[in-house]
Amino acid sequence: MHHPQSQHTQSLYFDYPRYPFVRPPEMDGEQSRYPVVIVGGGPVGLCSALELAKHGVRSVVLEEDETVSEGSRALSISRRSFEILQQLDLSERFLEKALPWTSGKSFYRGKVVFELEMPHTDDERFFPMVNLQQCYIERFMVEQITEQDAAELRWHSKVIAVVLRNDAVELRVDTPEGEYTLEAKYVIAADGARSALRRLLGLRMSGTSFQGEYLIADIKLSTDRPTERLVWFDPATNPGSTVLMHKQPDGMWRVDYQLQPGYDPEVELDEANIRSRIQEQLDLISEPGPWELDWFSLYKAHCLCLDDYRVGRVLFVGDAAHLVPIFGVRGLNSGFADANNLGWKLACVLKGQAASGLLDSYSSERREDTQETFRQAGKSTAFMTPPSRGCRLLRDAVLSLSLSESFARGLINPRQSAPFAYLESPLNSGEVDAVFEQGPRTGAPLQNVRICSGGQSERGTFLLDHLGVGFTLLYFTEEGPLPEDIAHTVHSMRRSQAPLDHLVISRRSANNKADGWLADPEGRVFEKYGASHGTGYLVRPDAHVAARWMRVSGKGVQAALARIVRTTD
Amino acid sequence: MDKPTLPFGELERTFDLVAQAIDEVGPEQESLLLSKLALTLAHQLGDYDKVAQAVAIAKRDLARPE
Repeated sequence: MHHPQSQHTQSLYFDYPRYPFVRPPEMDGEQSRYPVVIVGGGPVGLCSALELAKHGVRSVVLEEDETVSEGSRALSISRRSFEILQQLDLSERFLEKALPWTSGKSFYRGKVVFELEMPHTDDERFFPMVNLQQCYIERFMVEQITEQDAAELRWHSKVIAVVLRNDAVELRVDTPEGEYTLEAKYVIAADGARSALRRLLGLRMSGTSFQGEYLIADIKLSTDRPTERLVWFDPATNPGSTVLMHKQPDGMWRVDYQLQPGYDPEVELDEANIRSRIQEQLDLISEPGPWELDWFSLYKAHCLCLDDYRVGRVLFVGDAAHLVPIFGVRGLNSGFADANNLGWKLACVLKGQAASGLLDSYSSERREDTQETFRQAGKSTAFMTPPSRGCRLLRDAVLSLSLSESFARGLINPRQSAPFAYLESPLNSGEVDAVFEQGPRTGAPLQNVRICSGGQSERGTFLLDHLGVGFTLLYFTEEGPLPEDIAHTVHSMRRSQAPLDHLVISRRSANNKADGWLADPEGRVFEKYGASHGTGYLVRPDAHVAARWMRVSGKGVQAALARIVRTTD
Repeated sequence: MDKPTLPFGELERTFDLVAQAIDEVGPEQESLLLSKLALTLAHQLGDYDKVAQAVAIAKRDLARPE
């Protein structure tokens, strides 16, 4: 019998909900086959459930624990993630609580040696980064799923065996009341860094593990410091180490400090020692306190991933598929991107709109992102926790130079998570990017351009606010209706496999206020998309560009769609 | 390597200058000093290929042959 292991202490700011075990019908003899079972109710599993629900697929989520993850953990959510969350109706709920930020400072010997500035203007719908504790992230998602009855959440449910069959996956589940078996056409493995499914299927991740370890802690501290990324290299109070601080909602702060190689865990994980290390850091920055310790954990940087994120009918997402370094905030953000990429593809396959081969593109596209993350995050990790004497020496040389020479400061840049373009995707088609002077490249996510709507509302709306759930054809016109052949394609596709909508972007503020029309009187979208009369962008359900044409035709759209939603492999 | 661009006299002065700097900072700091020197010269040179060539030259014949 499985009983949740968690012994959640009282938190200074967060009430951990206790979700009850509900006896599933399978334990009373019912046999059912679910379209999708998601293993793991962390943020990526919950996001996957919401993505599937958006596309009309109801899933079952199995979670070992009885509550959400403890502590701030993932903490920073990127702008691109917020665009994904917006499509799941989560962004408002998150923004009410979260703290936005755009900048950061890196200190060395009491001096600011690098200032991080993430571009942000009124033309952006979301901040480049916001901080929200993972416990809130998960709780908000659970609330959303419950309110919308979007999926069935089964707590206290631990997967102990898996059988891959040709037509389904069997999962053996242990619960407080005993075991049962359930069947799914597809399984999403969202069970985290120590994924049980990965182990049960005998899969190994490959890549690099870094030596440096960090202690990460949440403290309650009252101070009027702004929200920004703060880093101290080799501070006097913590010689040879790196310390990071991030502000969180509810008067909480995250303090991460690097542990020396070969540290003694008995000493370093002793609470009194942690308190004194944090006190030293607060003394260094002249924070008088008072403060209290709420939670702590150990963190080690890895660049590890599976060779294939798809194993037959099992699809790996988030930390179960890839472990990426903390620096640059790519962990959870890449997990959200996984869920966003997989949700519509799996829904298309389950509805018979596409053959299962479409799921291979989930693995190839997301692995492309992981490899780029390894390149970028690997560089910042080498700087934050130098893995060799040579790296350490050059890192120290850069820090020393940065005190007087600006040329060296760029090397301190933490290389924050950036939206990823699937430039090598097998789903891409249309005209070569070179015919366009501007606009998101084929494979890139849409640019969320602000649309001025005649000045009535303060900020107007943004392009993504007008996007539907399925495929969308953005058609640019000076004025006038959708050309006959394109209207025909949209219409016939809507009735056949692919749920295709159109969005006509018209330079004249047409009196046609019908659905699928967007006035762009200032030409903002036209300009940002390098468009002229007759230009078309075919947009996937995850808001990435599948194809674009300077002058689009119905035939072109049909061919581009057929490439994605082929009904035979 | 390419033909020298530094007049011989100035190469002699460089020899003295770097030797003196290493003696000044002492064995504790000499690696850091030389790493900073390498990055600064690379920045001033503005040519990655030349830097890579120089690193390869510097790596030659370090240990005394057996």
